[in-house]
Amino acid sequence: MLKRVIGQPVARKEGRDKVTGQTRYVDDLIMPGMLFGATVRSEIARGRLRGISFGEGIPWPEFTIVTAQDIPGTNCVALITDDQPVLAAEFINHAEEPVLLLAHHDKHLLEKARRSVRLEIEPLPPVLTMEESLRGSEIIRAGAGDNIFKSFLVEKGDPDAVESEAAFIVEGEYETEAQEHLYIEPQGMIAIASPAEGVTVRGSLQCPYYVQKALLGIFNLPPDKVRVIQTATGGGFGGKEEYPSMIAAHAALLAWKSGRPVKLIYDRAEDMAATTRRHPSRTRHRTAVSRDGKLLSMEIDFMIDGGAYATLSSVVLSRGTIHAAGPYNCPSVRIRSQAVATSHPPHGAFRGFGAPQSIFALERHMNKVARTVGLSPAEFRRRNFIRQGETLATGQVIREPVNLDQLLTRALELSDYERKKEIFARHNAENRTLKKGIGFASFMHGAGFTGSGEKYLESEVGVEATAEGRVRILVASTEIGQGTNTILSQIAAEALKLDYDLVELAEPDTANVPNSGPTVASRTCMVVGKLVESAALGMKQILLRSGLLSPEYSIDEWSEACRTYIEKYGPLKSYSRYQPPPGIVWDDEKYQGDAYGTYAWAVYVAEVSVDLVTYETRVDDFVAVQEVGRVIHPVLAAGQIEGGVAQGTGFALYEKVVWRDGRMVNNQMTNYIIPTAEDVPPIRVHFEEMPYEHGPAGAKGIGELPMDGAAPAILNAVEDATGVEVNQIPLLPETLMQLMESERNALCLITS
Amino acid sequence: MSDNVLKVSVSFRVNGEAQVVEVHPLARLLDVLRDELRLTGTKEGCGEGECGACSVMVDGVLVNSCLVPVAQVAGTEIRTIEGLAADDRLHAVQEAFLACGGAQCGICTPGMIMAAVNLLERNPQPTEAEIRNGLAGNLCRCTGYMKIFESVIKACQH
Amino acid sequence: MRAYLPDYDLRVPATLGEALTLLAQEPGVWKPFAGGTDLMVLLEAGKLEQTKFISLWGLTELRGITTSDDEIIVGALTTYTELQNNPVLQSEFPLLCQAAGLTGSVAIQNRGTLGGNIANASPAADSLPALLVYEASLELISTSGTRIVPYPGFHTGYKKSVMKADEIIRAIRLPRTTAGWFQASRKVGTRRAQAISKVCLAAMAQVENSFIRDIRLACGSVAPVPLRCVRTEAALKSQPIDETVISAARTELANELRPIDDLRSTAEYRLRVAGNLLEEFLWKAAGER
Repeated sequence: MLKRVIGQPVARKEGRDKVTGQTRYVDDLIMPGMLFGATVRSEIARGRLRGISFGEGIPWPEFTIVTAQDIPGTNCVALITDDQPVLAAEFINHAEEPVLLLAHHDKHLLEKARRSVRLEIEPLPPVLTMEESLRGSEIIRAGAGDNIFKSFLVEKGDPDAVESEAAFIVEGEYETEAQEHLYIEPQGMIAIASPAEGVTVRGSLQCPYYVQKALLGIFNLPPDKVRVIQTATGGGFGGKEEYPSMIAAHAALLAWKSGRPVKLIYDRAEDMAATTRRHPSRTRHRTAVSRDGKLLSMEIDFMIDGGAYATLSSVVLSRGTIHAAGPYNCPSVRIRSQAVATSHPPHGAFRGFGAPQSIFALERHMNKVARTVGLSPAEFRRRNFIRQGETLATGQVIREPVNLDQLLTRALELSDYERKKEIFARHNAENRTLKKGIGFASFMHGAGFTGSGEKYLESEVGVEATAEGRVRILVASTEIGQGTNTILSQIAAEALKLDYDLVELAEPDTANVPNSGPTVASRTCMVVGKLVESAALGMKQILLRSGLLSPEYSIDEWSEACRTYIEKYGPLKSYSRYQPPPGIVWDDEKYQGDAYGTYAWAVYVAEVSVDLVTYETRVDDFVAVQEVGRVIHPVLAAGQIEGGVAQGTGFALYEKVVWRDGRMVNNQMTNYIIPTAEDVPPIRVHFEEMPYEHGPAGAKGIGELPMDGAAPAILNAVEDATGVEVNQIPLLPETLMQLMESERNALCLITS
Repeated sequence: MSDNVLKVSVSFRVNGEAQVVEVHPLARLLDVLRDELRLTGTKEGCGEGECGACSVMVDGVLVNSCLVPVAQVAGTEIRTIEGLAADDRLHAVQEAFLACGGAQCGICTPGMIMAAVNLLERNPQPTEAEIRNGLAGNLCRCTGYMKIFESVIKACQH
Repeated sequence: MRAYLPDYDLRVPATLGEALTLLAQEPGVWKPFAGGTDLMVLLEAGKLEQTKFISLWGLTELRGITTSDDEIIVGALTTYTELQNNPVLQSEFPLLCQAAGLTGSVAIQNRGTLGGNIANASPAADSLPALLVYEASLELISTSGTRIVPYPGFHTGYKKSVMKADEIIRAIRLPRTTAGWFQASRKVGTRRAQAISKVCLAAMAQVENSFIRDIRLACGSVAPVPLRCVRTEAALKSQPIDETVISAARTELANELRPIDDLRSTAEYRLRVAGNLLEEFLWKAAGER
């Protein structure tokens, strides 16, 4: 009997190559005759391109130069709404918008040349805030009558009617700012392209088929002429979901024109300034509560800044909207949401995809409601947590058992919450400059695409066996650090009762793997993993039905069966295509129904110290308790949570994009602060395992969940420590100082 | 490296092997390792000494190779991630990163491991605070650092 | 790499004499290049205006820490790591060691040098306020000889100093007069490690029964140059440490500092926190004696 693979900390598939430096990322690759590419961008946020001039002292004839006129197909990065050009031809809609491309074999000269190109742009007034955008005095969406990319209305019950019964009406406004992904590997692509051979790009990316889709139109080529291969990818977090299509197009256009392979790698400054960031948000809450602390109604107004083009804003907005009312049972809910256009570079996918923004608002607001009602944050939530059989804001009935009460109890125990509250109260009474606090957030995260997304995607997965009995998984799902290679191999090995070492993933190459959908939305484990499991079981069925394998087989028998099958019948492959679990219903028009197949549930607790000498907040301890179904790999799963909590800590306390006239001006790691090894608290991760019927071996999604809870937990702790209500993040020391000053105007801080 | 450029000849050893390169004296050690010697395990994450992905040792001293002009390493002994494993046997720190989940996307990993090896060479039994300090120049965006700390602690027990 | 390397040059002289001769032959053309932790960042970003450099890194004449009865002479190429590891500096000049330990990361501390930090003259440099309160002096050397200049007064404006184009810093001299002084420093930089100071304070005081006999204060990141806060010192000298005196000192400090808003922080924050750091120091000093 083979030992089980699921739940075991097996070795990461590509781990050895990573710890020895053998893994090849895109910038590590060279090709014969390769040129280097560079991008000339607008320095202003909005305007009309009047001319391009080329400076003195550069041997321009040696350069390949590409403008919008050189695009063989459509000048558009196809995604959801086809509004974003590959290269701006006339109108400039955001700073850093690409206008012209250069290639040369000497990358130093190339850089000098890039800086010698002058774009003559007649400025137009930019729109730099959501408020300005809504006012609509400048309409910045091409061919549109307003600045709204997308809006949603989710309604449940009748909030207007129940308000009169309320003992309390609590209002609040909450803001989050843009956040950089700051994967440590900057973006980049290598392309080979010619009219005869078509286009092949290799690079750092999450979604090979997104890139392929974008290139088809740009080059006007059929799918078999456009090949996209993912190279080892040094972090993504959503930042390599949609933007790589742009870089791939640029590299390919240069390759197409020059007839040479072209490598286009962003340096850190360019990556930070030009690629996407998390959508800034503003959320308003108006909540009606009964005297005994029961939620009666929630009115939520959620708005995000989409930037200059539609990109993924509509779906980011959708997820943020659906998560805005959180894991609470409230009879009447109305959520209105809008994604608006501004002259910022487009904001895009980032781990959590709108949910961290709306959950931050909600979990800060729930503390305010609890305080108004006169209940502890924990007791207030316990009275309102959603339970099995109850309905979420979209009317989705929770079918599986969910026990948030128990998660909360566990989280409060592990963090020693009640005792810490007492200790900190005493400490704060005695200590004038260092204030301690503890706070938590309870939340959920839907796994997989929203609503009908998975149904439309119709993801496909393949599994094939070699004559030696080795198994290869054919998916377009990418390893970006989160463990795709490892967990999908575990799932297949478990399904086939084989050794983990006998299973591996094929290279993500659109020429060889089916479209298993993008590597986003916490869907790789739950959705793609389930397809891997069923494709693997299908392959086993083929062997069983062919009579080559008996139900109780050894590894040798398995190998023998594969060998014989392949000799007799040819390749041994099995495919599986997505089918929604039974009973899933979603109404795209009304935004009602089963928004997600299932949710992961969590309670996170943060302990902080706030130094009133410097107004700096430090997270001293962090407990993350979650229910994510069955845990496939305990080390990788904990690694996902810890990484998400650290990223969430940055979102809460450090990471501030400094804008000047629509440009990011702190686009350096020196000036955009992410947590170092000295800044993260101990992160204590605990899983409550409750197998999910429709996930592989009972697993749900996990990747985005930890991004949701850290910021509100930390800010709730800051409020506990200081008594100051902080409703905007990042909470920089400068902001806290201002908020505290407004409460107390003494000159001497410490002696006052 | 560019055509028609001032070049100097610089000799040093990398992972025990003598090397001579003809490069611009201000060329970054990082570029010389990656482009001239094709040792691409050393990564560039920021180009300003902030992320530590390019960490290597020069005469046993940890440096950001993006901030070191090649002319200043003449005559030195350089160690990179490629020089850690002996034949097929991984260094204890590499083993520990593998076992504890210290590597996720892997891009910070070579620099992180070089910093960890350097720390343990200076201080074989570091406290957690010393580990945090020793690795604070190496940014990781995937792990939240917990599994990296565990890896270093495990490597100490080796 | 955004710089075009062929526009640049880096010479590696074998001796100090050779370096000084090169500097003297074409004054202002060549610029000294030490550990490179600042210059390489500018080079990478394409923002390095000077193009011709002389590497000092290999010059043993600029290395080493020597101790005599009345002073410590720190070679200009002494790295932050070497500063931290020196036992005399640790015991008598802890503010310098603390600053060195908070500058960048281990890898930066291995390459960044005290002389380079002074010559680079960043107002945010962590070690410079310590040198101000220790009343260090600098040994400047050129082909025409050596001269000693007091470090306070060395910086004459943003990135300007009294150093001539043909001179380099040979060493930093620290008078061994810190016995009996209470010393403390604090750096504020948003995160704990790898931060550029938003404001920092180096302070030392002689306190008896909560009465300040003498005090020296210096701040970083609050003016175009690292600033010795002489007016605040005057407001505190021969005063008791109490709320009235502290309040007056904070007012004086606020008048003395010239902070700005920039990418990293605000003038308001810098001013307020500098006052808080001063106050924190004074209460500590009062409690110490």
